[in-house]
Amino acid sequence: MSKKGLISLIALALGASLAACGGPPSQPTDQASPTGSSPSGLGTTSRLAAVKSRGKLICGVEGTIPGFSFVDSSGNYSGLDVDICKAVAAAVLGDANAVEYRNLDSTERFTALRGGEVDMLSRNTTWTLSRDAAGGNAMEFAPTTFYDAQGMMVRADSGITTLQDMEGKSICVETGTTTELNLTSRMTELGVKYTDVKFQDGTEAVQAYLSGRCDGFTSDKSQLFARRTQFPNPEEHILLDVTMSKEPLGPVTMNNDSQWYDVVKWVTFGLIQAEEFKITQANVDQVAASSTNKDVRAFLGLEGDFGPQLGLEKDFMVKAIKAVGNYGEIYDRNIGEGIPRGLNKLWTDGGLMYSPPFR
Amino acid sequence: MSSTPDTPTPIWRDDRFWKAVFQIAVLAGVIGLLSVFFSNLNDNLNRTGLQFSFDFLAKSASFSIGETPIPYSPSDSYQKAIVVGVINTLRVVLVGFVLTTVLGIFAGVVSFSDNWLLCKLSLLYVEVVRNTPLLLQLMFWYFPIFLSLPPPQTPVQWPGPIFLSKTGIYVPWPTITPMFWLWLLALIGVVIAAIALWQWRRSRQVERAESGLPQLVGLIILGIIALGMVTIAFNWQAPQVSRPGQFEGGLRLSLEYTALLVGLVVYTGAFIAEIVRAGIQAVSRGQWEAARSLGLSSGQVMRLVVFPQALRVIIPPLNSQYMNLAKNSSLALAIGYPDLFSVASTSLNQTGRPLEMFIILMSIYLTLNLIISLVMNQLNRMVQVKER
Repeated sequence: MSKKGLISLIALALGASLAACGGPPSQPTDQASPTGSSPSGLGTTSRLAAVKSRGKLICGVEGTIPGFSFVDSSGNYSGLDVDICKAVAAAVLGDANAVEYRNLDSTERFTALRGGEVDMLSRNTTWTLSRDAAGGNAMEFAPTTFYDAQGMMVRADSGITTLQDMEGKSICVETGTTTELNLTSRMTELGVKYTDVKFQDGTEAVQAYLSGRCDGFTSDKSQLFARRTQFPNPEEHILLDVTMSKEPLGPVTMNNDSQWYDVVKWVTFGLIQAEEFKITQANVDQVAASSTNKDVRAFLGLEGDFGPQLGLEKDFMVKAIKAVGNYGEIYDRNIGEGIPRGLNKLWTDGGLMYSPPFR
Repeated sequence: MSSTPDTPTPIWRDDRFWKAVFQIAVLAGVIGLLSVFFSNLNDNLNRTGLQFSFDFLAKSASFSIGETPIPYSPSDSYQKAIVVGVINTLRVVLVGFVLTTVLGIFAGVVSFSDNWLLCKLSLLYVEVVRNTPLLLQLMFWYFPIFLSLPPPQTPVQWPGPIFLSKTGIYVPWPTITPMFWLWLLALIGVVIAAIALWQWRRSRQVERAESGLPQLVGLIILGIIALGMVTIAFNWQAPQVSRPGQFEGGLRLSLEYTALLVGLVVYTGAFIAEIVRAGIQAVSRGQWEAARSLGLSSGQVMRLVVFPQALRVIIPPLNSQYMNLAKNSSLALAIGYPDLFSVASTSLNQTGRPLEMFIILMSIYLTLNLIISLVMNQLNRMVQVKER
């Protein structure tokens, strides 16, 4: 009996392999096929179709940084990165709650994205050339949702005020991050000798720092701010007045799927554009009903066909804004009281947040 | 049963035929599965526009490594970084083999002790350690135990010139000069001479029933010479506090290294204790009784009669424990020790070459384990009963 079962299993495997060999050739570069035209919705077509047929967006987040992505004790996710996931889910599926979150640490995030385990990353990932380029990590970076910089946290009573004071000290850092590289190059530049202690998980790095293994903990300033709020005695720790790098953080998708990438990119831009138009979660319906501005009407899908051009419904931005509000609202709700907006203001206010025109 | 002998058996009733068919089917299945995996891999690489290549190994790694036994700077290549990782792994694994063997044999032998307390302690140790996951144990050693050491300004000094603090554990260490290596070579010579002398003494005792006293005197003299070399000629340097919080001289063991080593040794030691216990129990009771009746003490019975026989049962499973130790060392990343796996995962993150890095990682661990296996098989051959 068991032998028979085994043989039929092998036959099945053989059949499957033959089918795979005889199947239609893959089209690695062709992304132009419109959504829904592919009968299977699987295989080489855009991830947009897969998300739609699944009815759920799988979003890779960090999960432990308050303000960006954080799971509370009842399992609810909140934060700026989480709101981006919600906005994309609302725009694509019409439901901001149709998101399945995956907590990914810094060493597993790219493998998860590449392997198709998640549809997109929204987890403090710095946009760099080698991550973007096809010869490197081969990913696509959607617009920056947070302009960050790397900082250094030390104990307030340590007497350390500059990076030069770190000579001979040890520094805790999360591995697999740009932080790791910036630390090395900045310290080499300054000629400061230090010891780094690397952890796979940011939480462990923080724990090692808190128990006194390291004199300093380096990470993006936003993370330092956020993590400090969780410390038993936050006032005992200070951030050095140094900026060790520029860290543009934003959502990420995989290369060679420009249809899906465009969706994530333009939903993100849309949140910034909405703030510029002064469209908020509260007034979006009223603006849609009353506005006579052609650009606003096109943006909200009352005119033209921006949505269908992306493979979405006409009113995709209305749904996204209703779910999470515009960029300014997202910022204020999640990190407003912790970190001043600074570079993350709209371009009209002297910041770097700038959406290309919705035309 | 009743078939006539002259009608040939039809092929579908021939057992050998079906066996061959089955073999071919399995082979075809395996090839089919592999081709599915391969074409899947190819499709995925094409889809994402990646090329399979090991060129990145020569590029500058540009990340630093906390512990570098050989000179390494961030401008060195990924290749060099991986070599540093391999050496860091070997530092843990090789020292781990020695310590875990000592601990395992001790705990295993002690479980036969007449001393009630020792016996129960050994049992408790084995049961607690074997029934909790290793990762948990590593975290336990690192976070609550080693990280609760005092800051370097107020180190614990124990025993003798050994300092324990949050920055590391400082122990006396010989000054490494060319002379040190010469002395080390001489010491190895003395040890070899001592082993030869010991065997000569043994054979004289067994074959000619001599007392072996002159050889014993020779051994004692060799022992004194070796002791003198180790204590004086090696030029030991004790760590000293130069400024509050700063240590000079001696060897610094990082807390990450120590925690990983202790965690692995304690964990693997418990399994080896069980193997040793099983090996000793496999020696028949008659051997104990016969040895006792010759007037040997219980220590002598263990050392001369039982343990050599138990080794035949112990060595094969010991092999897999050594391999486990080597593989488990890759959990180092969780407690911040830069072993091979840690360096490799940084590299694969920075380069975006998981496939290539995994191939490298797998082949290194495979090579390491094959070497362990080879050595252990040789050892196994040596202790087996030789029938002449």
